[in-house]
Amino acid sequence: MRYAYYPGCSSHSTARDMHESAAAVANKLGIELVEIYGWSCCGATSAHQTDRVLAAALPSSNLLLARDMGLDTVVTCAACYNRMKVANREVKDSAEIRCMVADRVGKEYDGSVAVRHIIEILLEDVGLDKIKKALKKSLNGLKIACYYGCLLVRPNDVTGFDDAENPTSMDKLVNAMGGESLEWPYKVECCGGGLNLTRTDVAVRLSGSIIDMAARAGADCIAVACPMCQASLDLRQSDIKKETGLKADMPVVYLTQLLGLCLGIPLNELGLNRLMVSPANIIKQIC
Amino acid sequence: MKINGTRKSNLKQTVEELSGVRIDSCLKCMKCTSGCSVAKETKMHPSELIGLLKLGAGDEILKSDLVWMCLSCEICYGRCPMKINTASLIDALRKLAVERGTTTRKGNAPLFNKAFLGTVKQYGRSYDLQMIMHYKFGSGSLMQDTEKFPTMLRKGKMALLPPYGAKKTVVKRIFDTSPGGKGKIK
Ligand code: SF4
Ligand code: SF4
Repeated sequence: MRYAYYPGCSSHSTARDMHESAAAVANKLGIELVEIYGWSCCGATSAHQTDRVLAAALPSSNLLLARDMGLDTVVTCAACYNRMKVANREVKDSAEIRCMVADRVGKEYDGSVAVRHIIEILLEDVGLDKIKKALKKSLNGLKIACYYGCLLVRPNDVTGFDDAENPTSMDKLVNAMGGESLEWPYKVECCGGGLNLTRTDVAVRLSGSIIDMAARAGADCIAVACPMCQASLDLRQSDIKKETGLKADMPVVYLTQLLGLCLGIPLNELGLNRLMVSPANIIKQIC
Repeated sequence: MKINGTRKSNLKQTVEELSGVRIDSCLKCMKCTSGCSVAKETKMHPSELIGLLKLGAGDEILKSDLVWMCLSCEICYGRCPMKINTASLIDALRKLAVERGTTTRKGNAPLFNKAFLGTVKQYGRSYDLQMIMHYKFGSGSLMQDTEKFPTMLRKGKMALLPPYGAKKTVVKRIFDTSPGGKGKIK
């Protein structure tokens, strides 16, 4: 299992923990992640809000690098995943956009490089059986609200990730690790991440309602697969508490961190010390 | 489709051309609005926006709050029975709003985008610290969130130094060949 790995900009800032835990888990499970040499930003939200061709050109230039490696691209960040899939669709569907992208990048790209999220690799390529065999510890019935957010599952005709309204990929992994994944209604609600800096008040209300719902569903923690969701729920939790009067701490961990713990990977290799809301209480229960 | 052509036609035609989204088939079922992540916060709602565009609304619609409050969550598109991608349509409205100078200072998303893409152009990758400073100075929100910075730096959630390692020539080329001139981020 060898892949071209696109870490994305957040892997060096707000989501170092996501990158660290994904790399450690991959290593343990025999997934070889070859970092795309010279990768650049996918443009994220700002590019598609600014210009449609720019938003297709930035991911395309990276996918061209991956094409030269002859490997599928693996992404850990849900936003990069989304932007790359949209870019693939744009250049495939429209000759005009394909030409304009070629003009900007300096090379023609046909949208042919497969883009996959690390969760898909874990489920589809590694498989639950192999993962179960590799487990050293169990989540011991921890109640976990799997939160997918927007960018993995929508638009589903473009991302093709699981199901748009009731995805279960993360739930399957959580249950395989001995956790209890919760049925809860906010799996694919929006965390408001796009307004995090510009309209913090609105972002806090949206992320607050997700934490509140997870708490009411009885969750011990929320599992995520997107650095924007993680920041909205974890980094902003102090603001959420002030705004909504929410009392208890709700740890917000990456699914790869939970898996890393169950695979017996040391805490410091999983970036768990970087979380704002301490996951100490849930770590105690994993043995 | 005309993505960067001249735009003398009315707003509906222009955004349809820019986004590739056709809105004539809208049924006014309001599924987009009932699922919309910000509808509780905005005066304008997605189905209303579509309706007004169909009725021939002009540039005044570029000032409606949904244009910059939309989270691009794509719930509207995901649930629309007619597969109308309102989120893409709103991206086109944003482009026009910036071009036609109808953006507002409150929740200055165009400034944020400029700050973000500015660092991408410079380093090939985004650089949060510089982007945030740019945005804060420009929007006058200097003190917001400053209490978080020390912890973020300590926990390695914010890089002090700019990113390196990207193929900057390609990124620079992408920005320089954008319409609107060399190096200019509109
Ligand atoms: S969901 Fe689609 S068809 Fe229904 S009102 Fe919205 S845009 Fe129109
Ligand atoms: S993409 Fe924008 S308009 Fe559509 S549901 Fe989300 S916030 Fe509302």
